[in-house]
Amino acid sequence: MDLIKINFISKAYGGHKALSDISLTIPDKSIFGLLGPNGAGKTTLIRIITKIIQQDQGKVFLNEEEITYDLVRKIGYLPEERGLYKKMKVGEQLIYLSQLKGLPRDVAVKRIKIWLEKLDLKSWWNKNVEDLSKGMAQKVQFIATVVHEPTLLILDEPFSGFDPVNADLIKNEILELRDKGATVIFSTHRMESVEELCDNIALINQSKKILDGSVKQIKEEHKQGQYIIDYAGTLSTRESFDVLSQTELEGDLKRAHIKFNETSKPNDLIAQLTRSVQLFAFSEKIPTINEIFISKVSLSNE
Amino acid sequence: MNKISLIIFREYLTRVKKKSFIIATFLGPILMGAIMFLPTYFALNTKGNKSFQVIDESGLMGEVFVSDSETNYEYISVNLEIAKSDLLESDLDGLIYIPEFELNEPQGFVLYGASNQSMSILMSIENTLELHIESLRLLASGLDKELIDSFEANIDLSTINLSNTGGEQESSSGAATIIGYIASFMIYMFVFIYGAMCMRGVIEEKSSRIVEIILSSVKPFELMMGKVIGIAMVGLTQFVLWIVLTVGISMLISAFMSPEALEMGAVNTEMSSEADMISTALTALVGINMTLVLFAFLFYFIGGYLLYGALFAAIGSASESDADAQQFMLPVTAPLIVSIVCLSLVLQDPHGSISFWMSIIPFTSPIIMMMRIPFDVAPWELILSMFMLILGFLFTLWIAGRIYRVGILMHGTKVNWKILAKWFMTND
Repeated sequence: MDLIKINFISKAYGGHKALSDISLTIPDKSIFGLLGPNGAGKTTLIRIITKIIQQDQGKVFLNEEEITYDLVRKIGYLPEERGLYKKMKVGEQLIYLSQLKGLPRDVAVKRIKIWLEKLDLKSWWNKNVEDLSKGMAQKVQFIATVVHEPTLLILDEPFSGFDPVNADLIKNEILELRDKGATVIFSTHRMESVEELCDNIALINQSKKILDGSVKQIKEEHKQGQYIIDYAGTLSTRESFDVLSQTELEGDLKRAHIKFNETSKPNDLIAQLTRSVQLFAFSEKIPTINEIFISKVSLSNE
Repeated sequence: MNKISLIIFREYLTRVKKKSFIIATFLGPILMGAIMFLPTYFALNTKGNKSFQVIDESGLMGEVFVSDSETNYEYISVNLEIAKSDLLESDLDGLIYIPEFELNEPQGFVLYGASNQSMSILMSIENTLELHIESLRLLASGLDKELIDSFEANIDLSTINLSNTGGEQESSSGAATIIGYIASFMIYMFVFIYGAMCMRGVIEEKSSRIVEIILSSVKPFELMMGKVIGIAMVGLTQFVLWIVLTVGISMLISAFMSPEALEMGAVNTEMSSEADMISTALTALVGINMTLVLFAFLFYFIGGYLLYGALFAAIGSASESDADAQQFMLPVTAPLIVSIVCLSLVLQDPHGSISFWMSIIPFTSPIIMMMRIPFDVAPWELILSMFMLILGFLFTLWIAGRIYRVGILMHGTKVNWKILAKWFMTND
């Protein structure tokens, strides 16, 4: 089932087009990655979904209903620009923010304590936010986003500013939230996190959507018959493949990155190869989202 | 709890708990008490301990200075130079030197003292000398001493206000002026201080970017109103505490002052000018409707603050730092400054047309009306003015809300009046 449907959204700031005719569907109980280089329009799209800014054209539906202020208030939203009241204590601030989301005070206190413990911030309850490091403040903000247990989470660049350890911590929390039934939309321009996290992605560049679908399907579509082989001997040059690169391994073992010119089944390729060399390893080279991203972006920029 | 009341509560609590608020709240009344009562205290208490020496070389001024319970005069007949050097070693307050002088040209009178003499002492010595010289001149012109004495008159001018109900009320335009000034300046200060507080609060939220998180929970207008109202309550708290503390402290201070001195202050017409002013003010307070003044003060404080606070919030939403806000500050606060400048005009004619119109226009009415109320304003004028003020702040809240909702999320744009107008016109 689709939780969010975005139909032909356009938005311009003055003369600058930020989004043009974006349409997307975001399935329920999954993690959706909104990818694109800096300035592509990701934050604008997110702000339109959260109704912080108004689109020029198009509509956003949540559960088949056009999204309203009251529906938005139930979303957990982590903006790209992080900010908290600097002079307010961590605990007090989290209680305030969760009360604004409609949690009764006692429930808020209980949940915040659990979260602070989970994210190693337990001893910071009574500290002012200005005394926290940037990473800690980000964790506090993450808690503020999820504490009311929203069914829809929108995270704008959730990993920026985190060290690898904390980024991992947050990643696991996001996965856990999805497993508990939440739908997560997050935007990023860093691809490392995408493949581990996302079920579906959309790629936006220069205000236009240039790709969307499930991660698996997109990778499948972008395979180009490339393989990595480890072998001994000499590759015949008369075969139906090009050698893209070659490296020497230990002994007389070599590794090559090859691309077949015609689409054929792996077994046929292996048969072809074994005629000229000793084959030690054979694996399909599946493009990473990063590679697809870069090739697509540079293609559309031309 | 409703969201807007959550916001009000937070805005209120974080400010009331600040050290600067607590200090200002407790120091304010102490300072006020000190300013109002210390001069009276000194004026009343220091008089009794004064003692002067008098050298009369003219021989005309014997028995002129008569010792009483407050001041002691001692006539001496030593050389001036010796008396002067003696004065430094004694604990006398001063030495009055009367040289030989011509009645037609009295000159050369000197008051020597180890320290500066108070204005009231100088005046009273001068007065005594002048009076005596005058009567000497009258004597010299051949008038009878008894006749001269019979000329002496003592007048205490009291002013009476006639009211429509036929009653007569004792009043003092001096007291009305003082009360009007204090109330007007306090409104001016409160609106400025709390308006600026509102603006800084908005700028803080905008520049720290927390506003986007809050706005995913509440509407921009709710956030703005929550802030404006929360800060209004901070102002009210401070005002109420000031009144309570000022009353408390004045009562404490007057308890320390001897009751006799106070009584004397109320009766004695020859006391120092400060004490005089305060005692007349106190007796005249009965004539001014203090309940009305207090009620009007609260109303015009809240109304004026809402009117300007909304505009300050709108300015804040368009600025990323206090410096950015400067360019908008002057035009917005100009009516406030004009009102303060015009106070003296209003005083000259509290019921004239300038006074009337300025107390009806909502941008100037909080300050001007507070100046006029102690001088008795017709009820219909007061009601019209209050009604206009309510319309006024509803209007500015509406304008501010429209600018705020766009401005608060805008970053990195150079904002000018044209852009503000565009934000205002933007439709949802």
